[in-house]
Amino acid sequence: MKHHTPTLAGCALLAALAFGHPAAGQEQGARSLAANCTGCHGPSGNSSGAIPTIAGLERAYIVTAMQEFKAGTRQATVMHQHAKGYSDQEIEILAEYFSKQKRQ
Amino acid sequence: MRLSRRRFLKQLAAGAAAGVCTPAFAAGSRVVVVGGGFGGATAAKYIRMWAPDIQVTLVERNREFISCPLSNRVLAGQVELVDLTRGYGTLSSKYSIDVVYDEAVLIDPDKRELTLDGGDVLPYDRLIVSPGVDLLFDEIPGLREPAARERVLHAWRAGQQTMALRRQLESMPDGGVYALTIPKAPFRCPPGPYERACQVAWYFKTQKPKSKVLILDANEKVQSKEALFTKVWKEWYEGIIEYRPNSTLVDVDAKTLTAKLEFEEVKADVLNVVPPQRAAKIAADAGLITANNKWVGVDFLSYESVAKKNIHVLGDAILAAPAMPKSGHMANQHGKVAAAAVIALLRGESPNSSPVINNTCYSFVSDKDVIHVASVHRYDPEKKTMVVAQGASGVSSAPNQLEGTYAESWGKNIWADMLA
Repeated sequence: MKHHTPTLAGCALLAALAFGHPAAGQEQGARSLAANCTGCHGPSGNSSGAIPTIAGLERAYIVTAMQEFKAGTRQATVMHQHAKGYSDQEIEILAEYFSKQKRQ
Repeated sequence: MRLSRRRFLKQLAAGAAAGVCTPAFAAGSRVVVVGGGFGGATAAKYIRMWAPDIQVTLVERNREFISCPLSNRVLAGQVELVDLTRGYGTLSSKYSIDVVYDEAVLIDPDKRELTLDGGDVLPYDRLIVSPGVDLLFDEIPGLREPAARERVLHAWRAGQQTMALRRQLESMPDGGVYALTIPKAPFRCPPGPYERACQVAWYFKTQKPKSKVLILDANEKVQSKEALFTKVWKEWYEGIIEYRPNSTLVDVDAKTLTAKLEFEEVKADVLNVVPPQRAAKIAADAGLITANNKWVGVDFLSYESVAKKNIHVLGDAILAAPAMPKSGHMANQHGKVAAAAVIALLRGESPNSSPVINNTCYSFVSDKDVIHVASVHRYDPEKKTMVVAQGASGVSSAPNQLEGTYAESWGKNIWADMLA
């Protein structure tokens, strides 16, 4: 018996077209990780008030700042504690993500 | 029932329009979120932001969100409730979330339906419940009558109670005693009671200097930022704040404003009782409570209940992982992990196997000075829970005004992260 109704294979193909390209997983990982920061730094890293806006900062600047927070060589109130919770690779991902967010 | 049918048909149509392959795709899937606080509103918004093909309905009993964090400042006259209030309008207009102002009353986990007080029945593919805590007045006999609860306030949900407590403090004559009782941990917002004591003490110090703040804590010690709070009380509020640990409230006499502790009775001019708490009734009724008859056990990869499939629980109602406070900030973080996991599950994928979340809680210890506690939590696959990342936690070195400006900014930003 042959059915020509939508099949699991057909769905998988569509799924691949929609979400399955290799970058999708990385993109989802990046946005989930970046969601850690937006509670304090605001939507997409755009802050109201004294907490710095991180949207649209230079990638290298974010990496340097985070590494210095992590090492304890940069003045901080809270960021030296947060920075220690993320790996070097995660800091790269966060820097890439926020450098690409539009500054509002 | 009429409305519910219309809503159901509307969602059915949306699902059909999205086309074939619904089981493997998220398209047309229905997510219903109960509770528009830090957890629920965040989850609802992030699902729509990350997966516009999923229909999201948010059920919330209040027309506006009023932030509990920062509301202790209302007691010191530093801010007004309106400063802490935001609407749900943007969730509808920008994210097309169906915001329903009603009370969720019953979850049917087998039929996957949520019944609302107004009679609506909302079918769901996945339900997100962020119901907060119930205040257990039944454990304090003298507070069982609603009239008693108008004299002895909790102000542990921001709103009318906060304003009423402010008025009681304003009416209290100089030389009076404000007594604050704290239940055994865990309770919502571990630093909250101690911050409140500071706010009231600051008000007394500047306006009614002969008055006292008496903290009656059922716990053996201060539950958050202990060294910093203790130092502030000694250095800034000596002679105003008195802290009594191991002071468990067993009853109150609301007429005489007397706190009845295990071994003594304390009469106050303003008596403020933070009652014992548990996950809200709707979670209990759905059979979601799995720990100590109080809290909801969840899988920290998805926040799915360990007791009921397709139901995810966020925020204060969950059995927290070690060192994970019941805070608005944590609930906001739960909301995003759950949003990503719900999207993945609806697409037939696995949730992220290594979620990371963090917490920052600011407490005002005067009009402008603030102390924080912060931590980063990572999933430990062996322990199957969240653990504090090595070295990634700590508190302020001392109270400071810079963090006062950060705390105000934090409020604006996290409310925007949830609602704007």
